Amino acid sequence: MRMRWRGLTLATGAILFAAGAHAAPATPEMLANACAGCHGTYGGSAGPTMPSLANQSKTAIVEAMKKFKSGERLSSIMGRLAKGYSDAQIEALGGYFSAQKFHPTVQTVDKAKVARGASLQEANCSRCHLDDGKDGKDDTPVMASQWLPYLQMQMADYLSGKRKIPEKMEEKTKPMSREDLDALLHFYASVK
Amino acid sequence: MTIDRRDFLRLLGAGAGAGALYGCATPGGAPAVGSSKELMPKTGRRVVVVGGGYGGTIAAKYIRMMDKSIEVVLIERNDHFVSCPFSNLYIGGIIKDLTPLTIRYDKLVANHGVKFVQAEVTAVDPAAKTVVTSQGTLKYDRLILSPGIDFRLGEVKGYDAAAMEIMPHAWKAGPQTVLLRKQLEAMKDGGTVVMSAPLAPYRCPPGPYERASMISFYLKHHKPKSKLILLDANPDVASKGPLFKKGWKDNYASIFQYMPAKKVTEVNASSRSVLIEGIDEVKGDVVNVIPPQRAGHIAVAAGLVGDDKNWCPVNATTFESTKHKDIHVIGDACIAGAMPKSGYSANSEAKVCATNVVALMNGKEPVELSGINTCYSYITDKEAISVAGVYAVKDGKIIGVPNSGGVSPGDYSQAKTEAIYAESWLRNILTEMST
Ligand SMILES: Cc1cc2nc3c(=O)[nH]c(=O)nc-3n(C[C@H](O)[C@H](O)[C@H](O)COP(=O)(O)OP(=O)(O)OC[C@H]3O[C@@H](n4cnc5c(N)ncnc54)[C@H](O)[C@@H]3O)c2cc1C
Ligand code: HEC
Ligand code: HEC
Repeated sequence: MRMRWRGLTLATGAILFAAGAHAAPATPEMLANACAGCHGTYGGSAGPTMPSLANQSKTAIVEAMKKFKSGERLSSIMGRLAKGYSDAQIEALGGYFSAQKFHPTVQTVDKAKVARGASLQEANCSRCHLDDGKDGKDDTPVMASQWLPYLQMQMADYLSGKRKIPEKMEEKTKPMSREDLDALLHFYASVK
Repeated sequence: MTIDRRDFLRLLGAGAGAGALYGCATPGGAPAVGSSKELMPKTGRRVVVVGGGYGGTIAAKYIRMMDKSIEVVLIERNDHFVSCPFSNLYIGGIIKDLTPLTIRYDKLVANHGVKFVQAEVTAVDPAAKTVVTSQGTLKYDRLILSPGIDFRLGEVKGYDAAAMEIMPHAWKAGPQTVLLRKQLEAMKDGGTVVMSAPLAPYRCPPGPYERASMISFYLKHHKPKSKLILLDANPDVASKGPLFKKGWKDNYASIFQYMPAKKVTEVNASSRSVLIEGIDEVKGDVVNVIPPQRAGHIAVAAGLVGDDKNWCPVNATTFESTKHKDIHVIGDACIAGAMPKSGYSANSEAKVCATNVVALMNGKEPVELSGINTCYSYITDKEAISVAGVYAVKDGKIIGVPNSGGVSPGDYSQAKTEAIYAESWLRNILTEMST
């Protein structure tokens, strides 16, 4: 099966190439460059609803891709794309983007909301979203400087049940008002 | 177009001094003459890229990102580029001007050291590894062509440069796009708009259907007594068929009429009419003719098109022409197997080509292609549908990776979300091209 041998070539570095042409298997960079038309060069997004992938936690990318692929995480387009990659290629993509430089976004945030969010994050979110959202531990994504409209769309999907919210995260978000949750997103988006 | 002609005229008599060159003829038939003075004497290793659109900008930038020791000269006839993607939204009145669709080249120069030359490329000499431009000649080690498309005007009788000013194609974004929009605005309510689409393959398979949706959107909201007819040479909607048809039925049933297997072979500009197979005449108040296409003139003139005489066969890993060594063709002009002729494909192909041009110039093994295409089409101002694909090479051909890709869900459950993401798609891809 095609997918399997592509994965294998990537894992073993063996060269299996047809029709006389010699070519090395797609490198992480080759794979990732194809994503950059949508997510930005090196994964730094310029479009406010498209997430930056640069400096994202490797596990968060890999988990997201696997969930897009299986359909466990709802998506508009990523599911169709993720199905084109083997697990080994998904690892390579995660490795590539997590190694890119942090991409600070220039975006407008509400100062009062940022302040409110800053006062709430420690008690509610910082256990998992470490260091003001700058550090992505395991499958917890980096949120610092992520695009606010993207974060808001994701939070809306969590709250409506379209995206399955992690149980322990829900324990924190459930009692909070929509305004406070939004304030938290303003805070994370503002972190440089 | 007018700029080109003026340039040619100014240089006429300067003499190309290049008998062995693959010459280029202008649409009007007059020989395009280049200047024979060497523009920038080549000192180190150099790649020349022709075409500052979806493919060329990315190839130029990524070569510089990957290897700063290679000089990259980007040649483009205009000092700016207007994106075809989203130009249908302008035609539909959703975007008010073309500024958000326009890029310039200054940041590619400043950020990556790409050298930009504004000139018309008039000939290529594959043996001497030289391109002739309206400003002078340039030598290259490798040449990358991303010239987009030109029209096969011989197949639509009467559709000449003058007819285009009356019945615009708007299939290259810019003045033509503005002209079509102005005509729609000037049309009386109750008028008829006629569109024609060519047989595939052509630039952007879903493009004519998105345009039909956007014109219908405009008519519905501003001129509801009007009608739109699409005469499609194809036997059926060539891309995202069921999705487009649902969108038309749900939104534009009383305005839009889709007519498959109707090939326009002739136009009559003075009566604003088109002829189907030279027989049935269809008249419109506004007529948008999308003619059949082939690789940009320069690729044809350089002897790079294949047996079909229209498109350029290339190696599926390096995008090197199978006709001439050291010349690579990407974007709409090339035959990229399963990858459609789209802006996103051109972007993805450019990166694969850049990677392998750098590898070849450094004596390294090329890297196998991994590509993506994604293309959004708007149905209304707030709903869009998409097609997506992931590509790899098998047996020397570019194929879609099995069990991946496809179109949006048929029930339009994601259409509002996709309309939002599509805006960021444009922002990111144009930012990639211009910074
Ligand atoms: C209405 C419409 C809507 C579309 N929508 C989408 C979409 O939503 N998504 C998508 O992915 N694609 C879309 N496309 C397709 C997309 O525009 C093309 O596939 C893409 O532009 C191809 O890139 P390219 O580099 O091959 O050519 P282009 O982008 O056209 O670039 C070619 C450049 O080369 C220059 N050039 C050509 N010849 C010479 C010469 N001899 N000397 C100097 N300069 C020269 C031209 O001036 C031009 O700037 C659409 C197309 C149309 C018409
Ligand atoms: C059409 C443009 C497009 C392309 C190409 C694309 N993406 Fe995405 N990506 C999106 C969109 C849109 C989302 C939001 C989820 C959705 O609705 O599909 C997203 C979300 C993601 C996320 C989740 C980020 C987060 O923090 O929640 C990851 C990870 C991701 N993409 C990785 C990739 C990788 C890796 C590639 C290349 C193999 C890629 N994407 C190619 C559009 C794109
Ligand atoms: C128990 C750990 C935990 C806590 C506490 C937590 N989160 Fe999360 N958060 C996660 C994980 C894990 C994910 C990714 C899970 C997934 O795949 O959906 C996530 C994802 C998110 C995302 C989506 C980001 C993206 O790029 O897709 C947002 C937004 C978010 N969290 C906000 C918050 C806010 C605000 C708080 C505090 C109120 C919070 N989280 C508390 C673990 C946590």
